[in-house]
Amino acid sequence: MWARAVRFGLRSWVAWRRGFTSKADPQGNGRVSAQVIEHLERLALVDFGSQEAVARLEKAIAFADRLRAVDTGGVEPMESVLEDRCLYLRSDNVVEGNCAEELLQNAHRVVEEYFVAPPGNISLPEQDEQEPFSYN
Amino acid sequence: MLGRTLREVSAALKQGQITPTELCQKCLSLIKKTKFLNAYITVSEEVALKQAEESEKRYKKGHSLGDLDGIPIAVKDNFSTSGIETTCASNMLKGYVPPYNATVVQKLLDQGAVLMGKTNLDEFAMGSGSTDGVFGPVKNPWSYSKQYREKTKHKAHGENEDSNWLITGGSSGGSAAAVATFTCFAALGSDTGGSTRNPAAHCGVVGFKPSYGLVSRHGLIPLVNSMDVPGILTRCVDDAAIVLGMLAGHDPKDSTTVQDPVKPFTLTSLTDVSKLCIGIPKEYITPELSSEVQSLWSKAANLFESEGAKVIEVSLPHTSYSIVCYHVLCTSEVASNMARFDGLEYGHRCDIDVSTEAMYAATRREGFNDVVRGRILSGNFFLLKENYENYFIKAQKVRRLIANDFVNVFNSGVDVLLTPTTLSEAVPYQEFIKEDNRTRSAQDDIFTQAVNMAGLPAVSVPMALSNQGLPVGLQFIGRAFHDQQLLTVAKWFEKQVQFPVTQLQELMDDCSSVFEIEKLAAVSLKQ
Repeated sequence: MWARAVRFGLRSWVAWRRGFTSKADPQGNGRVSAQVIEHLERLALVDFGSQEAVARLEKAIAFADRLRAVDTGGVEPMESVLEDRCLYLRSDNVVEGNCAEELLQNAHRVVEEYFVAPPGNISLPEQDEQEPFSYN
Repeated sequence: MLGRTLREVSAALKQGQITPTELCQKCLSLIKKTKFLNAYITVSEEVALKQAEESEKRYKKGHSLGDLDGIPIAVKDNFSTSGIETTCASNMLKGYVPPYNATVVQKLLDQGAVLMGKTNLDEFAMGSGSTDGVFGPVKNPWSYSKQYREKTKHKAHGENEDSNWLITGGSSGGSAAAVATFTCFAALGSDTGGSTRNPAAHCGVVGFKPSYGLVSRHGLIPLVNSMDVPGILTRCVDDAAIVLGMLAGHDPKDSTTVQDPVKPFTLTSLTDVSKLCIGIPKEYITPELSSEVQSLWSKAANLFESEGAKVIEVSLPHTSYSIVCYHVLCTSEVASNMARFDGLEYGHRCDIDVSTEAMYAATRREGFNDVVRGRILSGNFFLLKENYENYFIKAQKVRRLIANDFVNVFNSGVDVLLTPTTLSEAVPYQEFIKEDNRTRSAQDDIFTQAVNMAGLPAVSVPMALSNQGLPVGLQFIGRAFHDQQLLTVAKWFEKQVQFPVTQLQELMDDCSSVFEIEKLAAVSLKQ
């Protein structure tokens, strides 16, 4: 059962996306193709929501492209400024815990000592499959 | 009393000139008076009074815990505080009450500090103006200084007098405003790209970023794991050093803290700077730098030189790429760090129950604002298989080049670098919002974020007021883990320029008069 707010949001969002892909060329508007947009939305589980957001991403990518001008031949990537040191590891002993009740307090849906999640292994519908009018 | 340094107040508390409860009450009433600035998200009045009471008992028995016992402090709202709501100024964490204290918060509380409240910030510390949180923007207290209002009076006649208010800078704007208005003696901020130093410069306070690995990040809701550092905001350099002494040191709960032993230190007062070598990076002279800031920068360099220090021009050749590199690394780490917010175990959860994926997607759409979502999507783009090598790995390589630039400069005999902190003084909110968050961050972080990439300590010290009557700060950058030396130099500079106390006290008189005269306006300003 889709919440009403999401249905309205989805309707306009799908309409926008349909318009977008039908008008755009295969490469997409500028640098980011529609497939990449959909892919990103699935990976991030965050949607663009508007044309402006896509435009912002394209600007961000154009900005990042400036890195190509730097000569990094023979340079190793740097993951951390403390790469010359070893990370500290604690000894494998239990020193704290037994706070299930405290931790469960922050969750919205809880049954006994379980966090309740909706069913998994159901991917988000494909863009074509999303038909707002078929939901009740 | 509020205008004194930490050491002076601590002495006053020991001698009984004032009690912790009186001090706490004074700060609480100031918080109420300056509510229109929107610096605090949560004011923990009951907790504060209880802590003050306990501190008072300790003082009566003569068992005070140290220099911070009974001292009011504020904490940025992205540090976990047990029992007190921690929101990161986001819908995603509204109503979230952590079950534990961040290590730095715990350390301060163990020293007897009194927690006034959680301060406002940009959502998830993403931004350079403290304007993008769900609780509204933070107003710079200097917007209400007599001098600034006089200068802008001619622009505001007829309109609402408050329409020209200035941003505090960000993202720790609430903390900076809280310290500048005397509602606390020290505040914790976080610094990922300049988020402590930027608002410190705009609000006329000291903003210190310790070396990466010196202070624990456990409990600081992470933005960029390889660059985040808890920052310290105070009204003078000595106070920052005292707080650092309490916070620095290895934490078994944060394995990125170094294991070198750390002892609390007292800053010596430098009298002779002739053995000092100050570096001025030439690439930091950019056309966007305001002429006022540039002239203050030159003045500072000349000051060192006239007192016998060696002042030389140095080069950090990859400076122009540092902001781009930061942009890629930051968004990539953000994409990863924000993945934990799915609504299942804590935080906001939407009503959809069709599937976990749908629930996650809707929760995240509802919980995050545009800025956060934009960064997550950009980060995911740079981390895609086809882009990983060209963007993420490339940025990591450029990061090494930038870090090496600093190493080379320090190896050539330079002790401390002197640079501006910001391009100009604080700008009006109406002007700031004309550009989007990413553009603004790219512009405003230009002097500050290279330091985070190299993990070096840096401090912004307020130098003087601009022609408009607004504070301008300069930044000192030190060698890694040479925080004490850096603060010693900063303290000498602070003594020479004599900024903090007098200007801030006049500011508070101005703010108070604003409050008295415009009580009605303050009510209507509340959002």
